[in-house]
Amino acid sequence: MLTIVLLCAAVLLVLAPLAVALAHRAAATQFVYGVSMIATAISLIAALTHLVAAASPENIVLPIGVPWLGSHLRLDALSAFFIVVIDLGAMTASLFALGYGRHETAPERVLPFYPAFLAAMTLVLVADDAFTFLLSWEFMSLTSWAMVMSHHRVPENVRAGYVYLVMASFGTLALLLAFGLLAGPDGLYTFAQMRAAHPSAVLGALALVLALIGAGSKAGLVPLHVWLPLAHPAAPSHVSALMSGVMTKVAVYGFVRIVFDLAGGPAWWWSIVVLALAGATTVMGVLYALMQHDLKRLLAYHTVENIGIIFIGLGLALAFKAHGMLFAAALAFTAALLHVFNHSLFKSLLFFGAGAVLTATGERDMEHLGGLIHRMPRTAFLVLIGCVAISALPPLNGFVSEWLTFQAILLSPQLPSWGLKLLVPSVGALLALAAALAAACFVKAYGVTFLGRPRTRAAEAATETDSYSLAAMFVLAALCLLVGILPGAFIDALAPVSSALIGEHMPTQIGAQWLSIVPIAASRSSYDGLLVFVFMTLSGTLAAWAIHRLASDRLRRAPAWDCGYPDASPATQYSATSFAQPIRRVFGTIVFRAREQVEMPPPGDTRPARLKVELHDLIWEAIYAPIAAGTSFAADRLNRFQFLTIRQFLTLVFCTLIVLLLVLAIWS
Amino acid sequence: MSGINFDIAHFLAGTLVLVSFLELYQDRLYALLNVYAAHALVLAASVAWQAFVQDAPHLYVTAVIALVFKAIIIPVTLHRVIVRLGIHREIEKVVGVGTAMLAGMGLVALSMVVMLRVTQNADPLAREDLAFALSVVLLGLLMMVTRRNAVSQVVGFMSLENGLVLAATGAKGMPLVVEISVAFSILIAFIVIGIFLFRIRERFDTIDVQALDRFRGERR
Amino acid sequence: MVLISNFAIQGAQMLLVLLLAPLFTGYVRKVKARLLRRQGPPLFQPYRDLARLARKEVVLADSASWLFRIIPYLVFAAIWVAASLVPTFRTGLMFSWSADFIAIIALLGSGRFFLALAGMDVGTSFGGIGSSREVMIASLAEPAMIMIVFSLALIAGSTQLSTMAAFMASSAVGLRVSLGLALFALMMVAIAENGRIPIDNPATHLELTMVHEAMVLEYSGRHLALIELSGSLKLILYVSLIACLFAPWGIESAGAAVPTLAIGVAAYIGKLAVGGFLLGVFETSIAKMRVFRVAEFLGAALMLGLLATLLRFVSASF
Repeated sequence: MLTIVLLCAAVLLVLAPLAVALAHRAAATQFVYGVSMIATAISLIAALTHLVAAASPENIVLPIGVPWLGSHLRLDALSAFFIVVIDLGAMTASLFALGYGRHETAPERVLPFYPAFLAAMTLVLVADDAFTFLLSWEFMSLTSWAMVMSHHRVPENVRAGYVYLVMASFGTLALLLAFGLLAGPDGLYTFAQMRAAHPSAVLGALALVLALIGAGSKAGLVPLHVWLPLAHPAAPSHVSALMSGVMTKVAVYGFVRIVFDLAGGPAWWWSIVVLALAGATTVMGVLYALMQHDLKRLLAYHTVENIGIIFIGLGLALAFKAHGMLFAAALAFTAALLHVFNHSLFKSLLFFGAGAVLTATGERDMEHLGGLIHRMPRTAFLVLIGCVAISALPPLNGFVSEWLTFQAILLSPQLPSWGLKLLVPSVGALLALAAALAAACFVKAYGVTFLGRPRTRAAEAATETDSYSLAAMFVLAALCLLVGILPGAFIDALAPVSSALIGEHMPTQIGAQWLSIVPIAASRSSYDGLLVFVFMTLSGTLAAWAIHRLASDRLRRAPAWDCGYPDASPATQYSATSFAQPIRRVFGTIVFRAREQVEMPPPGDTRPARLKVELHDLIWEAIYAPIAAGTSFAADRLNRFQFLTIRQFLTLVFCTLIVLLLVLAIWS
Repeated sequence: MSGINFDIAHFLAGTLVLVSFLELYQDRLYALLNVYAAHALVLAASVAWQAFVQDAPHLYVTAVIALVFKAIIIPVTLHRVIVRLGIHREIEKVVGVGTAMLAGMGLVALSMVVMLRVTQNADPLAREDLAFALSVVLLGLLMMVTRRNAVSQVVGFMSLENGLVLAATGAKGMPLVVEISVAFSILIAFIVIGIFLFRIRERFDTIDVQALDRFRGERR
Repeated sequence: MVLISNFAIQGAQMLLVLLLAPLFTGYVRKVKARLLRRQGPPLFQPYRDLARLARKEVVLADSASWLFRIIPYLVFAAIWVAASLVPTFRTGLMFSWSADFIAIIALLGSGRFFLALAGMDVGTSFGGIGSSREVMIASLAEPAMIMIVFSLALIAGSTQLSTMAAFMASSAVGLRVSLGLALFALMMVAIAENGRIPIDNPATHLELTMVHEAMVLEYSGRHLALIELSGSLKLILYVSLIACLFAPWGIESAGAAVPTLAIGVAAYIGKLAVGGFLLGVFETSIAKMRVFRVAEFLGAALMLGLLATLLRFVSASF
């Protein structure tokens, strides 16, 4: 299986320079995306076979790369699962791009980097030594950066690319240090050697912190998330979907690999750090999302929230594993991994919807859209399924992973540590709060964009997207429903991963009564997605039939009632800013220092009234702005060294030489 | 101590914490005094139950004192005072309700952690009742810190004292002498505060504590 | 035989809540009217209202979409399924294990999600007001509810409602602080979720005071009948929830014979009567809060739920 995966990655790598050569031909887009789709589909099937068959890990050593080390590659259960996740996302993104790519104005800036990006992500997942891992990680960052900069004339894209590059380099530095620490003074760079080395407690703790910084910044943990809402919207929509839905999962893989596999047995306090960060990330992400009215930026902030949910599951797994409660750890770990899968599904679906809206109307701002459900009915239906899934409503898939996380939280009172006893219920409250706020956010996003009346000409003139995009969205929506109805099969597929990293796995779900899932014991809790779905359908149909028989079926169209004050102007309907106002007042006054000001002209003046909303990004202002200002200041001071006379340069060289000689004299 | 006695004592102590939270939530002075009367009522019930369970008849006196003085006489008198002062409508708060509630939660968590770690070897009922009593004391202090109005600060002080009484009765044995002296000191303090409030009102036309700072001679 | 009787009992539960829901709403209105020294509408008036609405023609706004037309059915389906899974006269219903307490709350959340979308659909400012206030209330009420579920689940050892009700009815549960806190918080959340005074006035049409009514302003005819019925079902669901968890006396256990079920039904109707009366008294004696005070009210409920959970985490005897 590993050879198949590597061959597909090689095909993608070969496709990249080929795309450079072909980029100006008419059929280049179809060719590149078509081949990508087929390659990722084959790779997906290979990885899925490996995972479901619970096969043993496969190893390959290639003689490329560092001379004395070569390139170690390995496919085990964890890698196979994550390859399934990214290849599913990549396959649907390529399918979407077959239709969307036709509207790309600068294909030569996107096409070469796209297959390289896919190949890089696959290589990160199969890397079995530090060099290959870091090389592929950097390659992944660079190719995605290139695609973020594809529309480089837009000034905000330039800023986005700059911040992205800085944060990505910073993250790689952290990961470099982490691997350096784990490799030790003897230079044990392969993962197998690191696993056997059993690092000490201090080393493990440092590795955790560095992995949190490095992988966490790529995943989007607060406060290292600042590049995400800038970079993800700037890229073309299928690339945004990949960055949000798939690249963040590669970062999660990196964290899991280092902390669960390589850093040795977890100490009890590791979970406290992870849980605290994850809880903050979850709530901050969704609150930021509620304040946005740019569709793609809203979705990017939502990714931050879902990464928080994943890390809550991982933190709980660490806590249980550290105290030896392996079954509970397996439950929390499986919940986190299932959410990884679910999130890639519905986030990609929503980004595809945003891309479809962007091509149809040319607008990303919700305040300029509206009424699209009449003009793009199929897109609207599929995006609705995505919104219901991401709001964690039964019977779709978002609810299943959240339910499993809640069940894991309910097992936590058995943990002996006091810090955890106080932290876990608070994190549970934050998770519930974030879930409710996420539903609010998507009522806003869907309601303002698709429902209501069109607010601009562009929204009025929208037409349905092409069939490739619709097909891609349909595949993802169908999977969302499938995972929601039959979660047992997917939980069982994750059992090998859990066994490998935790030592235990959840009880086998296939065979439970009526296809329900029983995470711990039947007497304790169970959930049957299929039955809930069937029940709801039956009740709805019964109600419809009864109404049809017993009630009148006459219907008449008329202007809206609007309490007797109908207004023809679509500007009187609620906008995104107005919809978020109650929540902004309740939560935003503290979290964003939100202030609202209404400038009301005096009676008789025909100027419009103005609403001014002021929001502060406190994380940016407290952490990043001072660092940027300090760096600027230091750089300005150091700039003087550019303009010295020759004598001063010589003096500098002379002083450095004297200092080095002194050091040599004193220290030898 | 058997199960149901344990549970009822616990339940009453927990209800006292709940009523302290209700006090933090109140906006208006009149309602705050009513909630304080409920606070004293629950305290009286708790002390009476302790008297029944520990078979200590002198605690019944404490319960009756709590009931008569703190649940009836003091709230009624304070009602009259604030109606005469004309301030029975609004309370000015330094921090919002949400922040006060969050701080209250943190204080309860803190008192749990402190009490249950420090008293590892003591009787389980006493430990947990002490934890609740410490929570009530801290919540009373929080109320004193987060209010501007002198009357609400007095109410906070009295809830704090209720918490101390709860702690003392839970620890099995509070001599009647101590209770009488404590009660009299409260009465004296109350009379002094009452006189003070009227004098302040006469002099400065307000009992907003922050306004009083202006007259202290230290400009801020 | 057992399978058929289990099916029959589940079906009977579904039918019972559906038939009693409008009666309960009428009863609460009657209690409120009597307390205000009015005669009030007859007890069976809500049935007549539903029949009248069903007979009427639907007037659909020009800008309403296909989603607007199917949302009443979706909302009704979600709430009816949730109401069928709350034990009323008997625990251990046939399908009670398919959705536990958390799933029931999430089902109610789905109903609310679609109703909020309906408010946005026609593109009027009233719908927007209703939806935005509703999601603000939900963003605090739902986490409070989850915290209550946590504290109750930690006491009862399960999130299944039937198991919880059976545990509460047994003598194994003592008088616990967390239970008291959870009950207080549950009553606060129940009032918020059903849009009763002091959160929302179910009888008003002033935009300053409406939340639920604003969302369903454009509905008429049979659609409005379904939505009103869903609202009544939700109210009876919450009262049944409080009854089965905190007043479980009279609930029959899973193996009970059919005649004893009649006792269970009678006990249930008695609990509804008491609950409705208390609700009526409470609504009459308190004024409606300003919209942003609701946030503080629900924030307090969330804190109480969190405190109850925290206490259970800290020690098993709380």
